[in-house]
Amino acid sequence: MSITVKIPTQLRAATGGESEVEVSGATVGEVLDAVFEAYGDLRERITQDGDLRRFVNVYVSGEDIRFQQGLETAIEDGADVTILPAVAGG
Amino acid sequence: MSIESLKCKECGTAYELGALYVCERCFGPLEVAYDFSDLDPVETRRRIQAGSQGIWRYADFLPFEGRPNDPLEPGLTPLVKADRLAERLGLDAELWIKNDAANPTHSFKDRVVAVAVAKAQELGFDTVACASTGNLANAVAAHAAAAGLDSYVFVPANLEEQKLLATGVYGTNLVGVRGNYDDVNRLCTQLAETHPWAFVNVNLRPYYAEGSKTLAYETVEQLGWELPDRVVVPIASGSLFTKLGRGFQEWLDVGLVSGSQPIFNGSQAEGCSPVATAFSEGWDVCKPQKPDTIAKSLAIGDPADGPYAIEHARATSGAVESVTDAEIRIGIKLLAETTGIFTETAGGVTVGVLRKLAERGEIASGERVVVYITGEGLKTLDATRDTFQMHEIDPDLESFEAEFRQEVAA
Repeated sequence: MSITVKIPTQLRAATGGESEVEVSGATVGEVLDAVFEAYGDLRERITQDGDLRRFVNVYVSGEDIRFQQGLETAIEDGADVTILPAVAGG
Repeated sequence: MSIESLKCKECGTAYELGALYVCERCFGPLEVAYDFSDLDPVETRRRIQAGSQGIWRYADFLPFEGRPNDPLEPGLTPLVKADRLAERLGLDAELWIKNDAANPTHSFKDRVVAVAVAKAQELGFDTVACASTGNLANAVAAHAAAAGLDSYVFVPANLEEQKLLATGVYGTNLVGVRGNYDDVNRLCTQLAETHPWAFVNVNLRPYYAEGSKTLAYETVEQLGWELPDRVVVPIASGSLFTKLGRGFQEWLDVGLVSGSQPIFNGSQAEGCSPVATAFSEGWDVCKPQKPDTIAKSLAIGDPADGPYAIEHARATSGAVESVTDAEIRIGIKLLAETTGIFTETAGGVTVGVLRKLAERGEIASGERVVVYITGEGLKTLDATRDTFQMHEIDPDLESFEAEFRQEVAA
């Protein structure tokens, strides 16, 4: 399965400048783990004790995973996962 | 005074003063850090009182080395004693309304946008932009026009017509997004990566948010350099709520005022109450919601400063609670009938929470309470439709007397 993960500007120092990463996985959690395997620095930046940090938003094809099953949210082949900072707006 | 850096509110990492808003280490929000240690309170107070009739009189506490040129300076809005409202609510308290609808585009957003647009110019941007629930759209379009900058304003497409009209008139690029505010905000967060624009509440948010502190400074100054005992404040993203607290704290620290932080009562609409829900459930983070309320200016389902608003409410023995759409309408009417101030739905939310606090007897005798009215009633006219009746008569005396016979006789 191929999933595209979009990396925000603020995290690209940890991906060697890459803005998109292709990985595989059946859930958001598996996909993120695959990304962390490729780019180890990312894990600490956006997770804490196995959970996403409180100012990290993750979307599957545009839908916030907190309206779905969080890290357990299933992902279909070809879907995209977007990581964005949750500190904008208002 | 010196502006030191941008600093992460979560992990404390410092960054240079650019168009940055996210900590690269932990993804936390950045905030402007100052050193006020060389501010003498007497001299600072003198400088404020000799300053302009608006927010730039507080330039010592804003993120600029000098006073920026601002042709549309907001601020110094009326603080009105609301004795009749207090009486109607059965309060034996000193009740004040901070009417921040009395700004250039009729909401408190002029404060934050004035700061953000000045910073955008200082940083060399020629285009400003925002994700807005309406009031911010008005303010960005107007301040960009006054400054001669291009602007792009993104709003939910189903916004109140008054807010769309009062934005488009300034000649901005008005973009109605088919989605709710959180969709608009996500889109703008992405656009901020690909367009070299100053998104006032995205990449310039650390500066933008500082503008809200001026509401705290004005309150203190207008109360004769004293603090209120309690404030009642609307919450959308939670930024105004937390920055009011920071404003009071800075003046306490510098010695411009003595005492302690007021009790902070946050107000949300029940149809979009992620912060109130988290507060009452005892959570440290907000669970996002899909908004469904007439208080569209507060309809942020995923509030960026929600966790900090909860912390500040707890730290001041305050609370965050919500009111229904029906209570919002009652709040609008109550304020209008007792103070002559016509507020938009957000003000109805705030007055609604004040009313609940009064009914529960939580406001003590003699307490000094300031209620923040952040927007103008003419922007949300639908909320007042069918709440009263017009007498329609023929243009002659008999018709008038017939219509009002009972009332005149009584």
